[in-house]
Amino acid sequence: MMVPANAIGIASGPSTLAVFLPPPLHGQLAHLTPLDIAVIAVYFAMVLFIGFYLRHGSNTSEQFFLAGREMTAWIAGLSFVSANMGALELMGWAGSAYQYGILATHWYWIGAIPAMLFLGLVMMPFYYVSKTHSVPGYLKLRFGESSRILAAFSFAIEMILMSGVNMFSMAVVMKVVLGWNITFSILMSSLAVAVYVGLGGLRSAIYNEVLQFVLIWAGALLVPILGLVEAGGWDKMVAKIASNYQGQDYIHLWRDTAHFSANPMGVHWTGIVFGLGFVISFGYWTTDFLVVQRVLAARNLRAAQMAPIIGSFFKMAVPFIVILPGLLGLVVLQNPDGTLLHLVGENQVSVANPHSFNEVLPLMMVRYLGPGLLGLGITALMAGFMSGMAGNVSAFATVWTYDIYQPLIRKRAPDIHYVAIGRWATVLGVVVSIGAAYLVMHAAGIMDYVQALFSFFIAPLLGAILLGMFWKRATSAGGFCGLLLGILSSVSLFLWVRMDPSALSMVALSPDAKSMAENLYRALWSFLISIAVTVVVSLLTQPRPMAELDGLVYGVTKLPFQEPVPFYRNQWFWAVIVVVLFAGLNILFW
Amino acid sequence: MRSFRVPENIPIWFFVGVLLAVYGALIGGHGVYGWVTHRRDAVVLAGLRAPMWWGGILLILGLIYCVKFFPWGPTLRQDTTGKH
Repeated sequence: MMVPANAIGIASGPSTLAVFLPPPLHGQLAHLTPLDIAVIAVYFAMVLFIGFYLRHGSNTSEQFFLAGREMTAWIAGLSFVSANMGALELMGWAGSAYQYGILATHWYWIGAIPAMLFLGLVMMPFYYVSKTHSVPGYLKLRFGESSRILAAFSFAIEMILMSGVNMFSMAVVMKVVLGWNITFSILMSSLAVAVYVGLGGLRSAIYNEVLQFVLIWAGALLVPILGLVEAGGWDKMVAKIASNYQGQDYIHLWRDTAHFSANPMGVHWTGIVFGLGFVISFGYWTTDFLVVQRVLAARNLRAAQMAPIIGSFFKMAVPFIVILPGLLGLVVLQNPDGTLLHLVGENQVSVANPHSFNEVLPLMMVRYLGPGLLGLGITALMAGFMSGMAGNVSAFATVWTYDIYQPLIRKRAPDIHYVAIGRWATVLGVVVSIGAAYLVMHAAGIMDYVQALFSFFIAPLLGAILLGMFWKRATSAGGFCGLLLGILSSVSLFLWVRMDPSALSMVALSPDAKSMAENLYRALWSFLISIAVTVVVSLLTQPRPMAELDGLVYGVTKLPFQEPVPFYRNQWFWAVIVVVLFAGLNILFW
Repeated sequence: MRSFRVPENIPIWFFVGVLLAVYGALIGGHGVYGWVTHRRDAVVLAGLRAPMWWGGILLILGLIYCVKFFPWGPTLRQDTTGKH
């Protein structure tokens, strides 16, 4: 989806630059053979078939919006990760790795893994037990209708605009890589998504996301393997990077983060740990309905708890197909005369430097993948785009139907009516997304704001949800005010820096901070404001009776008994393994 | 005459298997053809014959999933025996 490794980091971070890919100075990067086209056609035939096949199993609202709540932990877990591996994930973060080195991996590890474990082990029982259809639905149960409506409108607008951004991004990538017409790409992908989500609902979206996840690996895994072969292995690649780019550190995760100026990303470890690792990551992975919806579709509480843990294993592995190709690009990409090819920022692309950072993955694909394999690689990219778009649209349809249409327009209607509304909301979501895509196309400057929009809601929402779930004293007024003022403070900080760039040094606490640091610290401040406001207002208002908080708040909720299982099926056992792996990887690449 | 109906509850893993098998056959077939005819694709490391072994891996994985998750449900069995 539109939020690669993490929500806000990407919101106005380097990966978003992929959407600003300039018209190709070098002509298209690749030419497809009939075999490649056959591979792409098979993919489209399969996703459409799945949509038609599943249309009969999506007749009730539970089936259409929550896939009947019968997904296994594996399916929910892979879908959970796949919905996040959307639009700019593969290309954008590969470009970031080329630009910033292995620091980009933080968005996959500390920016995802702790939050995924927290969701599975701690938060999932509350979402699951409350039987809510959506995250705004939980806010309604905990804080009342006003918080739900605020969150629902924010989320719905954000989903549609981001879906449009993704659609446009994909079309631009296809134009640059394959020379395809932008309108053709937009219509082809959006029509396919509308058909398979509109017919089969969340179940179809989830099935296709699992399929797309497998495809992404099948299509992208060969690139780093062959790249390592050409580079002579990891050690030789590291040595060549050190030799080619003296004075710059591309291969350490933490070593150079004690000062903003000591690393190419211009970030400080406090921003990475507290801004990214806590606020942004927890905000995205535990409150963004796009991903939480996938886990809510699990068939029981244990499966719902296992799903994010299973997903975390794969999330930890994604840098192998995203970050490593970017690093390898620093070593193996060459000009026709054999000299090292230097990729540049989007605004520096010229005849002398025709390729940008964000083209590193297509360049690597074209380098190693011949007929058939190239089609598979392109299919992997398209699968990533479509899984993200489908995630946006299916989440939008659910929130629109349950959190906007039902409470505000028609409170009581037969179940079948809401299913029909959900199907039409899917079509409407796609149509409006197309409009958003063209809006972005004709007003590129709006992109920055659309991307930032995503970042405005996550941190305040995290504050509201955490206090709602773990603090009995939090009141409806407190939750609503905390959410509202958190959003307003985030927007204000964003506009302040846009109007006065020197304000960045105050927001990020250092004159050496770069745009990435701004995202991290803006999230941190808006989260803290949201928490502070919620606490103060709650203490000044009347709390709800304890009996009303059953199923919603830690300490008041009696969690359902779970049958004992062998240790190898226990979520805590696998969570410990994830923690050990996570710690080991961070130490290994310290 | 036997009628055919698409069985209910086809697991997603069966679809995954079909897709991988088809891709394996297409890509592996291209690789084998290149190996037999000594033709190389115009890419770096073409001598490694990546399409052949990568396609082979996809094909084997796909077939394993197809067999393991083939929808041997009651609907299919009844259909294939012509009772429906």
